[in-house]
Amino acid sequence: MNILSLFVIIPLIMMAIIFCIDGEKKSMIRMVMSIGGFALLATSAYLTVEYLAAREAGDMAEFLFTDSILWYETFNIHYAVGVDGVSVAMLLLSSIVVITGVFVSYSIEEQTKEYFLWFLLLSIGVYGFFISLDLFTMFLFYEVALIPMYLLIGLWGSGKKEYSAMKLTLMLMGGSAFLMVGIFGIYYLSVPKGGSLTFNIQEIAANVTTLTEQGADNSWQYIFFPLTFVGFGVLGAMFPFHTWSPDGHASAPTAVSMLHAGVLMKLGGYGCFRVAMYLMPDAANDLAWIFIVLTGISVVYGAYSACVQTDLKYINAYSSVSHCGLVLFALLMMNKTAMTGAILQMVSHGLMTALFFALIGMIYGRTHTRDIREMGGLMKVMPVLCVCYVIAGLASLGLPGLSGFVAEMTIFVGAFEHEDMFHRVFVILGCTSIVITAVYILRVVGKILFGPIQDEHHAALTDAIWYEKIAIFTLIFAIAAIGMAPLWLSNMIAGGIENIVKLF
Amino acid sequence: MDYSNFIIMNHELSLVVVLVALLLADLFGKNKRIFQFFAMGLFLVHTVLGFTHWNIGEASAFSGMYVTSEIHVLVKNILNIGTLIVFIFAFYWNENKNKNQVGEFYFLTLSTLLGMYFMVSAEHFLLFYIGLETASIPMATLVAFNKNKKESAEAAAKYILTAAFSSAVMLFGISLMYGACGSLYYGDILIKFQSTPLHIMALIFMFAGIGFKISLVPFHLWTADTYEGAPTSVTAYLSVISKGAAAFALLCIMIKAFANYPGTWQTFLWWIIVITITIGNLFALRQKNMKRFLAFSSISQAGYIMLGVIAGTPQGMAAMVYYVFIYLFTNLAAFGVISAIENKSDKLTMDDYNGLYSTNPKLSFVMMLAMFSLGGIPPFAGFFSKFFIFAAAAEQGQYLLVFIALLNTIISLCYYLWVVKAMFINKSENPIPTFNSDNMTKIGLIICTVAMIILGFISPIYDKIIAISFGM
Repeated sequence: MNILSLFVIIPLIMMAIIFCIDGEKKSMIRMVMSIGGFALLATSAYLTVEYLAAREAGDMAEFLFTDSILWYETFNIHYAVGVDGVSVAMLLLSSIVVITGVFVSYSIEEQTKEYFLWFLLLSIGVYGFFISLDLFTMFLFYEVALIPMYLLIGLWGSGKKEYSAMKLTLMLMGGSAFLMVGIFGIYYLSVPKGGSLTFNIQEIAANVTTLTEQGADNSWQYIFFPLTFVGFGVLGAMFPFHTWSPDGHASAPTAVSMLHAGVLMKLGGYGCFRVAMYLMPDAANDLAWIFIVLTGISVVYGAYSACVQTDLKYINAYSSVSHCGLVLFALLMMNKTAMTGAILQMVSHGLMTALFFALIGMIYGRTHTRDIREMGGLMKVMPVLCVCYVIAGLASLGLPGLSGFVAEMTIFVGAFEHEDMFHRVFVILGCTSIVITAVYILRVVGKILFGPIQDEHHAALTDAIWYEKIAIFTLIFAIAAIGMAPLWLSNMIAGGIENIVKLF
Repeated sequence: MDYSNFIIMNHELSLVVVLVALLLADLFGKNKRIFQFFAMGLFLVHTVLGFTHWNIGEASAFSGMYVTSEIHVLVKNILNIGTLIVFIFAFYWNENKNKNQVGEFYFLTLSTLLGMYFMVSAEHFLLFYIGLETASIPMATLVAFNKNKKESAEAAAKYILTAAFSSAVMLFGISLMYGACGSLYYGDILIKFQSTPLHIMALIFMFAGIGFKISLVPFHLWTADTYEGAPTSVTAYLSVISKGAAAFALLCIMIKAFANYPGTWQTFLWWIIVITITIGNLFALRQKNMKRFLAFSSISQAGYIMLGVIAGTPQGMAAMVYYVFIYLFTNLAAFGVISAIENKSDKLTMDDYNGLYSTNPKLSFVMMLAMFSLGGIPPFAGFFSKFFIFAAAAEQGQYLLVFIALLNTIISLCYYLWVVKAMFINKSENPIPTFNSDNMTKIGLIICTVAMIILGFISPIYDKIIAISFGM
């Protein structure tokens, strides 16, 4: 059996096991989740090693570990899987966030069984999306990943959870409406004379190249590229479709925020890259400027908005808008360096924001407030959590030695390769977000970690316990590892990027 | 007279046998419970036998008024399956609340089914009209079955009046068609139809008649009241079986009789689809009664079904038949849950469903699956049927229409999620108490649930349907 299918099968087995366990036996459910989570992590680690070994051995195929099973003969739909360097990085990121999410979720006491069942369905969607090479299967997994969010936020969330859950679901489903039309357009119009209809991404890419060589009319790309890009861009929190993100993140339970900001938003970036830009390169080339403007606004606007928020989760949600905007921004620069940086930023932001949300959840669980005006001096009370918060903050503002620096550096170096005025202006605008990031991160750190203790009840709070420590130390380890030794990762990613850059 | 013609009408003949047997059993049998099992057993045999009729192939009878082919057999089988599930859900209601008219319920329901068979198989407008009337008039009686409820009588009056009106409109259209073309065979009309005002008027009048049956906007005004007032089992039957049969018949007419001038009818069908989906959805947003809510939801679903008609290709027909097939299990699951709750507690509004998950988790689970499947959420079957019907329309270049329909699925998702929210998220002071459904309801719900979960993954079903479909 194909190793990639394991990413779908393991969570399915876990779901089956948990479904059979009595809902009252919470520790048993948690144990199953942890074992399964580690199995997924081990699988993705093994996959990474195998992938690097195969590339080392000189296997230059575009996608490795491919497999294809015919599903719907009429439409030529396959269950087709395969990975390149980009997807391997994404799978690794997902596995790290999932396992840490499981540990953070140990504190869920209400309806534990249902919570983890939805959680697993969400991760099936995420994994399935990253391994798919077939547009139909990909879209199916994409939607599978969206719907559990509604119940996860609506049931286990906090604050105005019902409003946020509905807003998030409807906006993301709106995105998928754009996307679906885009997929139909690609499916029916990408066929050269005498070719057959296909959903397979690789075959479509080949077909589109043939079409270009034949000098065929490519005006369809200019209709369906914006549709597809916006469809995925909604999930990637592109301005002006980002408004679901702050509310959704703020209301979601901790582990769901982690998974959502850490992985699910990356589906948007990955989709823009793999579907919109890869399959419609002509339109991507010509229309990129529109989206550069929009994502440029995301980057700066997100950062400024974060500065004025007082709720910890909102601060981080807007910071996510800014950072995810940077991902799309860098993708649209369409050269190897910037795009590699974009994927690095996806990984780095995924880890960083997961760490942030985990820490915020832990602090909130203790202080019962997320308002920064009501907190202060927490460093004295819970040193471990607070030191980790500082580390996360430093990674976010791009301190050398941590993952954020590697990603942002690569992005801006790559983006600066463009010499025209338009790109220069937007790159410089984008760069300012780094400074603003420093402002809001340091403001929060100074306000809640140092200074006098605001609330005397906070003086009696306890520090992180064992499962929380496992979660945050895993994430910090990953962030530092990428920061210290980024080369293997960026080389792996660059291998995948090369195939698409040559199309532009 | 050549009697060999009758042989090809396997489905109809076997259903007539069932009808006669039920009539006799009702006369002489006293025990209603045994009668119900007898009726269902007999119909089950009829349904199973239906699957053995594949081998007839294409054949026609009565100088071409009646045709059958594999796709006709398949559609009739689908209608059978749906009717059987409706019977399963109606068992408890028949036994406890409809004691005195059990025989009539089965007899009348199956009579309408017979009418639908003829509608589906017709190749001549007169036979089509007879089928339509046979399907409509007993239906009005069924709607009026709750003798003690005023709403039921009102619903029946609304239904019969609109049915009569639409029949009249349609007959007018048919007579104009006869005057213009000199024949009522679909095949002759195909040749003689032209794009003159007279022909187009005939077409539009006829279309309006069928539009009432499928409850397309603007011919939908009877739907909500009738659905609300009718007994829940009858509503379920109306919303799925009756609609599916009429939609297929419409597709056959459009393909067989008007294929030469697709532009004339596709233009107004385009607008009808857009307003049907949109208005159905917008009104569904405001409903508090579950049956009214599903009525408007089924109006918008009818709009999606029409996407297959506007495509008019084999792909469109296959997607439409498949859509009806999936829709049957999904919608019947929703009605099954509603009737189970109504039977036990007489509660019907959405607010009553608050906190249902805490008291009746299994029912809420089935309802949630039904809502997700209706909304087109993967991995449930509704996603696949929606995707295919959109693909069929997109294949014909109807990207704008598909886009509008897709935007509408977001609105529909909103109200489907409201039901889920009521059951899972909302808290209630006095939720519907925990109860045990009767075994028949359980069987029906299990069938529907399994179908919703696995049907999408079984690709040979769709591949088989497309192999036997035809189109313009």
